[in-house]
This record gives sequence, structure tokens and C-alpha cells, in this order.
Amino acid sequence: MANIMIRQGEKGLTFYLPKRDLEASIESIEFDSPEKWGGELKLDNGGSYYIDPIAKPPRLPISLRAKRLGAAED
Amino acid sequence: MSTMTREETEALIAEVLEVYPDKAKKDRTKHLAANDVSVEQSKKCITSNRKSLPGVMTIRGCAYAGSKGVVWGPIKDMIHISHGPVGCGQYSRAGRRNYYVGTTGVDTFGTMNFTSDFQEKDIVFGGDKKLAKLIEEIEQLFPLHKGISVQSECPIGLIGDDIESVSKKASAAIEKPVIPVRCEGFRGVSQSLGHHIANDAIRDWVLDKRDGVTADSTPYDVAIIGDYNIGGDAWATRILLEEMGLRVVAQWSGDGTIAEMMNTPKVKLNLLHCYRSMNYISRHMEEKYGIPYLEYNFFGPTKIIESCRKIAAFFDDTVKEKTEAMIAHYQPMMDAIVAKYKPRLQGKKVMLYVGGLRPRHVIGAYEDLGMEVIGTGYEFAHNDDYDRTIKEMGDATLLYDDVTGFELEEFVKRLKPDMVGSGIKEKYIFQKMGIPLRQMHSWDYSGPYHGYDGFAIFARDMDIALSNPTFKNLVPPWKKVEAEDVKKAA
Ligand code: SF4
Repeated sequence: MANIMIRQGEKGLTFYLPKRDLEASIESIEFDSPEKWGGELKLDNGGSYYIDPIAKPPRLPISLRAKRLGAAED
Repeated sequence: MSTMTREETEALIAEVLEVYPDKAKKDRTKHLAANDVSVEQSKKCITSNRKSLPGVMTIRGCAYAGSKGVVWGPIKDMIHISHGPVGCGQYSRAGRRNYYVGTTGVDTFGTMNFTSDFQEKDIVFGGDKKLAKLIEEIEQLFPLHKGISVQSECPIGLIGDDIESVSKKASAAIEKPVIPVRCEGFRGVSQSLGHHIANDAIRDWVLDKRDGVTADSTPYDVAIIGDYNIGGDAWATRILLEEMGLRVVAQWSGDGTIAEMMNTPKVKLNLLHCYRSMNYISRHMEEKYGIPYLEYNFFGPTKIIESCRKIAAFFDDTVKEKTEAMIAHYQPMMDAIVAKYKPRLQGKKVMLYVGGLRPRHVIGAYEDLGMEVIGTGYEFAHNDDYDRTIKEMGDATLLYDDVTGFELEEFVKRLKPDMVGSGIKEKYIFQKMGIPLRQMHSWDYSGPYHGYDGFAIFARDMDIALSNPTFKNLVPPWKKVEAEDVKKAA
């Protein structure tokens, strides 16, 4: 589990992993509705992370705990 | 736009790396690339933020340099203790040219060096008592300081001193903030982690101290983040922002104060210049206080105009109008500068190798003068910096990350730029090779380079460097005669 931050970028959502100073844009998010938001995040660098679905946050950026599914960075 | 094709650039990289042993070659290949503007993710073509290879010359700094030298050091009304042996602080003292106003030694302390000067006995028995005593002495000798930061050097982490508890006690005793910063030099691969640690220390010890206190504010409050006022840069920036009708509440951290930092959470917009060293705190403020941040670039008129419009878009029409009026007001001045220098500088080629933001930020300014940047690289960037750089550079130009002394020299020899923009460590090597060099860290004792006023100085400085007659006289007279004889004979 790692702390991550999701932010509204100019072109869509961006993903930020402070521990490793890693910034990437989010290509797809599994659930994206007002009640259920989150799930698997696919990053443009090939990696993917999982966040527990929550109600869509009213304001971004938001810090969350995420599980790493596929490691692509490095 | 570039003069080299992708194949040529790649061949050049391969050729230069030829002398390395296989393992080193494999590692270094990842850090060198021919720019590919079509790539969105820099990591596909260049690796960054990795440990430097043992045995090569790198010019990176340490985490302490990133924290004390870059982020904390310029906060002028605080005293920053270089906690540990005397060298780390003394050899970097006042080297960065962060200008400030104030009476040094009375109410500002920017160029002074405070150190606990560790001796053997402090390493053996621990330095906590010494630190406590040092803070007491500071309080007596410099009563007008507004706070103290304890910048750890390597030994502090190695011997496990508890600077946090000393700081807490001392802070209660002197009733001023005393901030322990765990920026020991061995942390991380470069100064970059030091920036991060310093940002985190600001977040934990400074930023929330005035939460809940109301200050008078206007809808036009902004903070300048990541401008270290090198040669007066932040001042040149501030002038423009104020002409746009904005109120600059804080300068981080060039010519900045701790009170400004504490007031920053009340601004409407954070203007982020050096993304690398202060994106951390900007992200934090965006999340916690809902203050958006905006990356901008104040080098050269093209980028200034672009940035000012982007900033103005955040505000109401009065700001937008004032911005347009300001742009129109400065345009003739810019046209005159370009008219004067462009014919002299047109087509000249530059190679850059600098730190956090300049390898990409100054490209626009060079292009405004008709010059071309044919190679650029960072000492300590991360992949997100290269993401942003790829778009600024021409296709197939050379990118180098954490370049070694040998590689940079070879690249310069082959590419033959008219000028190199880098630091003091490179300056005399290249000048002796006959290539003018401008220091792009400290502006070579000149500056400011930000803003409209800065561009005038920038253009003049580049012209001075390139037109310097010295470089035509590198061959001593007796050898010149020979060369002419040979020509005649031929
Ligand atoms: S690496 Fe350690 S000893 Fe060297 S300058 Fe940095 S803090 Fe000082």
C-alpha cells in the first residue's frame, strides 16, 4: 500500500506517488460515477494501481491509499 | 529545426560511450537520448533520478545542498544552522546569489554561515548539547532573528542525534520556531531529495501555524513559489505581477521571510516557477487549502506573454485588461532589444546543462534571440521534468541526464556549439577549449534574467559572451604565424 495523490490536470486526471516522486497521467479509471469512484487505475506509463471505490470526491486533489497491481515504472 | 538527424545523434551517443566498460555503457545509454517530440512519456526515451555511476564525474549535490542551499537558505530572517562539521556550510556560503534586502547580521542572515562545527568528541558523545547551546547563543547574539532551522549534515544521521527533541525544547525556551530538517547529505541520489525533505519540513513545521487566523486579503493575492531571487529574479517577476494588478503576498524563498510563508495558505493562486524544487509544497497546498498552482515561465518575451495570459485567465477582467496593457506597454522595449541583438546572435547554437528548471525554461528566451538550443540536460531532474522538456526541444536534439564530465566534454567537442550554458564547474573547462560559457545557475554575477527587465540583461550578456574578442585570440602569436605560413605555402 502506498500513499498517492490524484489531481485534476489540464488534460485529465494525474497520478502522483510522493514516495518516489512519480507523476503520470491516468488513462482509465474503473468506476467513475458520483456514488462509486475508484477501482483500478491504468497509468500512461504502463503501471496500474487499485484504490478502494469511494463516493466521488467533491474536490481534487485527494490523497488516498493505493495498492500496486502492475509495476511498470523503473 | 535541428541540424542533426536522429541517426546522427544516436551514432554520436554510441560513439562517446564507446570507451566505457560494458556495464557502465549499458547504464549510461539509458540517460542519453535523441529527443523525440512525438513521445508523451519521457521515460520511454530517457531514464532519470538514478544513482550516479561510481567512478564518473557527476556534478550533482547532496540532500543538504538541496535543503539548506536551495529551499531554506534564502529565507532571510531565519538563521539556518549547518549542523555538523564546518565544511558543508562554509564552502557553499553565499554562493547562490540569492539577493535580499535587510541588514545582514541584524535582521537578515542570508549570506552568513552558522555551524555547530563538529569535532571528534561531538561525533563520539553526540552533538545535542552543543546544538542546544548554539541556539542559546544565537538568541543572545542575534535577538532579531525570526526562527531557526537545523539543517543536518551527514554525521547527524549517522550518529543518531535527536535534533527533534532539542529543537522542540529550544523552541519553547526562545518562543520562536526551531525547525529540525533531516536533510543529511547521504539521503537520495542528488539534491532533489533535499528539496523534497525541505518542502516536507515546511509543511510540517511552518505552513499551518496561522491556520484559523484571519489576515486581510484581496481576491488578487498570489504567492511566487520556487523563485530564489538569483541576482534579483524574484523582484523582476514581482514587478510584472503587480502591474497585472495582483498582490504578491509571499516570495518562496528568495528574499522571503517566514511570516510570508505562514501567510501563503491564504492566497488565491500559487505561481510555481521552479517546479522541481517546490512542486511538493504546491501539491500539498492544493489539497489541503484548495489553492491551485500554475507553472509559469518568465524567461524571454514569448514565454512571459504566454505565462501572463495564463495567470490572468484565473482572475477577473480587470486583471486581464491590465495584463494586456502591460504586454502592450513592454512590447516596444522588447522589439528594440530583439532588433538590436537578434542580428548579432541569429543562428548561434547553445548547449545547456543546468539544474532544476532552466534546461527547459530558458529555451524560449534563446529562441527569442534567434538562437538554437541543440542539447540540454538536467543534473537531478525526474521523469516529469523530461516530460515537460521534450515538447520544448527540437526533434532529434540531444538530451543528457546527469551527464558525466567526460560525456559533456565529448558532446561539446563534436557538436561544436557557439556557447555553453552551465555552471562554474564547467566554465573554465569549456572556456579553455575556446567556447564561451555563461553560468546559468548564478547568471555569472549578472542578472536578473526573469521578466522583461531580465530579458534585456539576458540578451546583453549572451552578446557579451559571444562577441568576446578573447576567443579569437586563443592561439598564441608564434603559433599563429606558423598557421599563416602553412596557409600561404598551400
Ligand atoms: S554529502 Fe554530507 S558531508 Fe558532503 S556536503 Fe553534503 S551534508 Fe556535507
